[in-house]
Amino acid sequence: MAGKLVSVVDAVVRLEHVRRRFGDVVGLSDLSLAAPKGSVTVLLGPNGSGKTTAVRTITGALKPDAGRVEVFGIDPDTDGESVRRRCGVVSAKPALYDRLSGRDNLRYAADLWGVADDSSIRASAVRFGIDDALDLRVGGYSTGMKTRLALARSILHDPDLLLLDEPTSGLDPESSHAVLALIDEMAADGKTVVMCTHLLLEAEGLADQVVILEQGRDLISGAPDALVSRYWPNPRVLVDGEERTSLDALSTMDGVVSYERNGGAATVALDDLQRVPELVTALASRGVRLTRVVPHEPSLEELYFAVRNRGVE
Amino acid sequence: MTRRRSRLWVIARTELRQLRQSPDFWLPMLILAGLFFVVIPTILLFAITHVHNDTVVAKVATTLDVLPPRAKAAIHGFSPAGRTSYALAVYLFAPLAVIVPMTISTAVGANALVGEKERGTGEFLAHSPATEREIYLGKLVASLLPGYATTIVGFGVYSLIVNLLVGPQVGGWFFPTTDWWVLMFWVVPPFLAITLSVVLRLSARVRSGAAAQQASGLVTLPLIIIAYAQSSGVLLGAGQTAIALGGVAWIAAIWGLWRGAGAVTRARLLGVEGAAL
Repeated sequence: MAGKLVSVVDAVVRLEHVRRRFGDVVGLSDLSLAAPKGSVTVLLGPNGSGKTTAVRTITGALKPDAGRVEVFGIDPDTDGESVRRRCGVVSAKPALYDRLSGRDNLRYAADLWGVADDSSIRASAVRFGIDDALDLRVGGYSTGMKTRLALARSILHDPDLLLLDEPTSGLDPESSHAVLALIDEMAADGKTVVMCTHLLLEAEGLADQVVILEQGRDLISGAPDALVSRYWPNPRVLVDGEERTSLDALSTMDGVVSYERNGGAATVALDDLQRVPELVTALASRGVRLTRVVPHEPSLEELYFAVRNRGVE
Repeated sequence: MTRRRSRLWVIARTELRQLRQSPDFWLPMLILAGLFFVVIPTILLFAITHVHNDTVVAKVATTLDVLPPRAKAAIHGFSPAGRTSYALAVYLFAPLAVIVPMTISTAVGANALVGEKERGTGEFLAHSPATEREIYLGKLVASLLPGYATTIVGFGVYSLIVNLLVGPQVGGWFFPTTDWWVLMFWVVPPFLAITLSVVLRLSARVRSGAAAQQASGLVTLPLIIIAYAQSSGVLLGAGQTAIALGGVAWIAAIWGLWRGAGAVTRARLLGVEGAAL
């Protein structure tokens, strides 16, 4: 899924210079993003960076103070009902009615979204493995069960746009896996997914596009591969050896663009990947016993911190 | 339009379903209605009609002198006990018909919107296709129904008790009188609606259920007093005046409800309007 070309021509969600304040506090200071149809867009950012406000603005639950919002080509501020009918939202807290049973919670959503068919309730519950607990009160559910119920509720009406705000927060690995599998399935079905997270690992391999937020604005956005190339234009190789200090010799060798070793293995940026055999030979000739030489693809986490530390490049 | 009505009912039905699941809420309300419509009237009317203490009855009967001539002329009864119990049943218990629905509906309404905010379920409603007006009206219906339904049922039980205890003293079943019909179906509903329009506005604006309950209590107290006076006026005053006053109350109620709908915003459901978050 990752690596899909991000185009704004067929954007399902488009935010342009959106601002939103809450009293003296800035929720969004200048957010622009475009989520193409059938893509997975991941909003990355620390707490308070504006991810939740962005989701609320997309569905029209919050009106922006300034800027332009368009979802399915509609302004949610003028026709929010049409937008929300096609959206499924899982908020950071499950937002379930504790006094009601799981079935009643799903029934409530089904009725509000005009889903008459009871089989949808059953099917979505089965999909998230919550069908056995449907007749129990939600107040007695575990955190994982509540999130799974909230997920089941969000897809009841077969939404075209799925908005997930920290969906795996507090989940056990099994439930987290179910969430990530859902996102993959939804995207494969041509649905558009916008997910907020501060857990970089879960966005890895899932995102067609990442938008890094800070203080209510988008620092940078794009396909992960493209962003990685932007921050690390040269190929990188991870080199490890029995005596790690001896690896420092790499820093002065031909073809080495940059060299980093922070206690562990060394990461070397090269002008060309073809240089690897000659570097290995040169190290061996100096008596360095290598244990590992592998291409290194920077992770989303590295990208995130590079953007935050180095700024937009 | 049909979909809108349907979503309104979906919201109301779900709210009522939650109330039904909460005996800690409806049990005290049931006890309150039972006290006002059954226990107190039964004890008082039974005492007057069955305790043959002429002095006591005569003393209670003197209080009837304060009633206006129209009301006094309407009092039936073969004996002082009969006349006294008739007056109590028809005139003095009237305000109960106002206090019970207002108390119950205020308690429900006060939590209706702030409860969504407190529990975090406002987020779900804010992202739903339901319009703010549908949410408001759904909550209104869900707040109004328990109070008014309890009152109507209580009214039925009260009628039965009054007829069984006082009827034999005044020549047969006589209750409800015309004025009571007017009170129950023309005067009480608009006062209930006015109260709820205020309470729901408060519920949308405050930050906690406790604050909503306190503010609602303060705001609805004057309304209960007005409604109390109005109810007594309906039963003690001229019939035409009662209908006219009821009409004014209906106009005020419709205006209040229409204005109140504006208090529900999605930002308030999310708990962020005007907030420094």
